[in-house]
Amino acid sequence: MSFIDLANPTRFLALVQRLLPWLAAATVLAFAAGLAMAFNAPDDYQQGATVKIMFLHVPAAWLSMFGWALMSMAALGTLVWRHPLADVAAKAAAPIGAAFTLMCLVTGSLWGRPMWGAFWVWDARLTSVLVLFLMYLGLMALYWTTEDPARASRAAAILTLVGAINLPVIKFSVDWWNTLHQPASVIRLGAPAIHPAILTPLLVMALAFALLFLTLHLAAMRNEILRRRVRTLQLMKADNA
Amino acid sequence: MSALKALLIRDMKLAFRVGGGALIGALFFLIVVVLTPFAIGPDLALLSRIGPAILWLGALLASLLTLDRLFAADYEDGSLDLIMTGRAQLELAILTKALAHWLTTGLPLVIIAPLLGLLLNIDLAAMKYVALTLLAGTPALTFIGLIGAALSVTLRRGGLLLAVLVLPLTIPVLIFGVAAANSAIIGPVPFGPPFTILCGLSLASLVIGPLAAAAALRHGLE
Repeated sequence: MSFIDLANPTRFLALVQRLLPWLAAATVLAFAAGLAMAFNAPDDYQQGATVKIMFLHVPAAWLSMFGWALMSMAALGTLVWRHPLADVAAKAAAPIGAAFTLMCLVTGSLWGRPMWGAFWVWDARLTSVLVLFLMYLGLMALYWTTEDPARASRAAAILTLVGAINLPVIKFSVDWWNTLHQPASVIRLGAPAIHPAILTPLLVMALAFALLFLTLHLAAMRNEILRRRVRTLQLMKADNA
Repeated sequence: MSALKALLIRDMKLAFRVGGGALIGALFFLIVVVLTPFAIGPDLALLSRIGPAILWLGALLASLLTLDRLFAADYEDGSLDLIMTGRAQLELAILTKALAHWLTTGLPLVIIAPLLGLLLNIDLAAMKYVALTLLAGTPALTFIGLIGAALSVTLRRGGLLLAVLVLPLTIPVLIFGVAAANSAIIGPVPFGPPFTILCGLSLASLVIGPLAAAAALRHGLE
């Protein structure tokens, strides 16, 4: 089955229907393994048990960026090739990416309270992730305010690509702003390299998060295709009435 | 070329005549600056320290104020269709409209900024630099705002969405604008680097803004 065949939503739905149970099972297994390893990982000599927040925080941060990258590729698919599934993929990824970004912010904030003494500091990284979250919300707002799904997806695709150009610029500006305003007063992970005892659970958790993203994304794409079919049927019925 | 010139003159006339928003932006800017001392107290030392930031925030909000009508008004009366089917390249036509928007809303802000600087206790030598950063940075606000205006042109609550879409993208302009202004007043960074980056942001948005806005209009109105 090639990429072109998947352009047919019915074939895509059939494939998703077959894949989803396996993916869901793999996600549960990966989480079971990852969480068990995370519980058994040694505490940090400075940060104590709070270092375990990292096992949720870092994978969430990776996937928050992965979400936007995925949407940018889908946006190219929408604008250049008019691939019928690309806009479905982009629309389904937005809330999931926003959720992972929010999770990254919340876990970071909970981690920051014992480490930095405040729930929020205007650290360069925190600020960049917050801006990413705002951009996800703006994109979702664009979807909410436009009724016609085809038109909404093309507008969102342009915004996604503009965001993909701008996000590195924003990241650079925030880094610059941060070094200007705030000298490094923040305690950071001191070690230059992460010890394997912590790195292995982290990678397993990252795999679990990636599987969760994939599962949720495919399920959301299926729901979106079905939602559009329902909408089309309703419009046809309204036309005939 | 003559079509673009006619478009520029038309947009500027529309902005300055009854129903246009040209000087309302400047008035809004004045009110924001006047309100700030009421919120934070009439402490002159504090005002002069955060003065450039207040001027920049005011300019950012004031330039957003009139952006939502940039394409929406033309869309409603049908002239946007004429512009899109006209012989002039759509990107250039949009650039012309953006230029008209900046000349009628951005430039007045730059011109009255030195007067408002007096209210905020920014001394005249420093005010020159603050005005210079506004002159270099406000075009970027217009060009970035273009994208939001084009995306939200057919929406009923376009203005609200526009602010949500555009404001995160303007963060770099705000950072380097305020940093350049502050560096001229209190240091320690020299004025050159942040100001040059600010100019770079304006030039980059000059390219990206009209391209993305043209794509948005083409896809949105078909």
